[in-house]
Amino acid sequence: MQQTPNRLSPFYENLVFERDDNMMIVNFGPQHPSAHGQLRLILELDGEQVVKAVPDVGYLHRGMEKMAENMIYNEYLPTTDRMDYIAAASNNYGFALAVERLLDIEKEIPRRAEIIRVMLLELNRIISHLFWLATHALDVGAMSVFLFCFREREFAMDLMEDYCGARLTHSAIRIGGVPLDLPSDFIDNLYAFITKFPNDIKDYEGLLTENRIWKMRLEEVGNLTPEDALNWGCSGVTLRGSGVAWDIRKEEPYSIYDELDFEVPVADKNDSYGRYKLYMEEMRQSVKILHQTIPLYKESEPGLMAKVPQYVSATKEEIMTDNFALMQHFVLVTQGMRPPVGEVYAATESPKGELGFYINSQGEPYPHRLKVRAPSFWHTSLLQHMLPGHYLADVVTIIGNLNIVFGEIDR
Amino acid sequence: MRAYSNKKNAQAKPYFTDRFYTVPQIPKEDVSSDEIFAADLELLSSKFEISDSFIQRGQLVMIIKPSDIVAFMKVLKDELEYTFLSEMSASDFLEKDGEFEIFYQMLSLKKRKRLRVKYRITQGDAVDTITDVFKSADWAEREMYDMFGIVANNHPYMKRLIMPDDWSGHPLLKSYPLIGDEAGQWYEIDTIFGKEYREVVGPEIRDTKRVDPKDTKNFARVGHEVGYGEKPSNKPTDFGEFQEEGGVPLITRFTKDNQKTLSRRK
Repeated sequence: MQQTPNRLSPFYENLVFERDDNMMIVNFGPQHPSAHGQLRLILELDGEQVVKAVPDVGYLHRGMEKMAENMIYNEYLPTTDRMDYIAAASNNYGFALAVERLLDIEKEIPRRAEIIRVMLLELNRIISHLFWLATHALDVGAMSVFLFCFREREFAMDLMEDYCGARLTHSAIRIGGVPLDLPSDFIDNLYAFITKFPNDIKDYEGLLTENRIWKMRLEEVGNLTPEDALNWGCSGVTLRGSGVAWDIRKEEPYSIYDELDFEVPVADKNDSYGRYKLYMEEMRQSVKILHQTIPLYKESEPGLMAKVPQYVSATKEEIMTDNFALMQHFVLVTQGMRPPVGEVYAATESPKGELGFYINSQGEPYPHRLKVRAPSFWHTSLLQHMLPGHYLADVVTIIGNLNIVFGEIDR
Repeated sequence: MRAYSNKKNAQAKPYFTDRFYTVPQIPKEDVSSDEIFAADLELLSSKFEISDSFIQRGQLVMIIKPSDIVAFMKVLKDELEYTFLSEMSASDFLEKDGEFEIFYQMLSLKKRKRLRVKYRITQGDAVDTITDVFKSADWAEREMYDMFGIVANNHPYMKRLIMPDDWSGHPLLKSYPLIGDEAGQWYEIDTIFGKEYREVVGPEIRDTKRVDPKDTKNFARVGHEVGYGEKPSNKPTDFGEFQEEGGVPLITRFTKDNQKTLSRRK
């Protein structure tokens, strides 16, 4: 099938079927519904077996690292929402933590703010895992799981909406704390949700765990040895799915995670099915954490933003009554804060894996260099190692199972 | 005369800096303050030349020679249990020092420690690939090449990763403006229709702060407001007609009973 590209109809890059060696080249995406975004995957097939896979990314590139160099720190925070848009709170937190560590104000964050942050992070983890389960099950062919998951995800998103007014792009965790206290009925609604939710997890498991088709599609698909997982930079569930017990919340605790009682599930089999079971267990652990945060919240003293006038604006009341607070607020909004010269790398456990922010500050209101270590980026590069040897039908399972989100791959 | 623009750094600058402002530094602690890092450093400095080492915010930072990197990574991975490459990339110090700084962010799961290896190269120099030691560096090095134009020697597939293959320029250089250089701004038009179509299509508005004074659907000119979509006018807006008695400072005719109050959000 010879193509003649010209200016007005550019080279139609999709298919060149005939090759001398009897291999077939298939372009998977970038508009494939199971690619979970704009992933173009160039597959070399021998019959139905993948011989070589070349992922091609960049279709959602918005130059976020470039934007960071042209924005003051607070201005950049809403941009981080658009990276992993399924779990915006964890991006906000990752960035806020990196800046707080740069400023050395981590210990100044009020306790109530930390508790609200953990609530939002874990709620967001549930939202993200539900989204993963819904789309992954849909890819593999289980339509009803998709509908069930989105039903419960809606409750969780309503809680998020009650708190900050947004459902996807929260910007609810700020540098220095959180902007708002919980609304009056939030705790009751949250409690209602987390008491009901474990039963819903049981429903999903009833539909999937012993389902013959689900097991056939997932078991022994996407095997990943622990050595390979580390070598390819895998983190989060993908790493724990290979039997490596590493959860940053547990190993390098940040926020109030060292006070909370939760377990880190680890799979004994290195396949997609093991990772599926981990996701289900992680949702239960998130529920467990949320249960613990409710009494902690009730005991905590009011206070939401760190009191560091050099870097963080005062509260609204102070700004409206105290002239000096108003002046400082004005400077912080128009010029931005000026962190000390130095570098910091802060890693957090986002629902997808290790989300790290590297910030190189040269003492200016703009970061000199900001690098986002997005877990999905490294998981996508893993595809070229993982896919060869699998059948075409398994490609969708593996892509879905790795839980990649293109907002944070291309940034 | 055309306004001066700094070609080496086209990024945003603070519009005001206090003359007497001194920039604080993040303290650099001595490596001997941490036992594990001190032992690591001792082994490494017996094999490699380490020009500087310190602990910053709990992470060991080491500055090495560019030519040592592959062997250095092998020792880190095999002997010191830093088995995980968290991140690697470069930062642009071309304006200040004429150099790129390459950093490798490492993690040891067993020791629960993170360290950073850094070195500097001049523009045009290539780095050695570490894909033989860490497979994950494959894409990271490609991204670095894409964004900074730093080539990694012996890389299996040194090609742009995020930008299109026929893109010109490397976007994360400080000399590259945020709205793109000329080739970047006209990329789609040039590749699909050809350069002569630039005039037909016209430039794209890439400056997010730009306001079109003739556009009354999205913007209101302060002091000269007109109705939605109407022609812009230079006449100052008369607010009197919307206000009581030609704009009194106090509202006198307000009665609470006449007002409609929504009991819930619509």
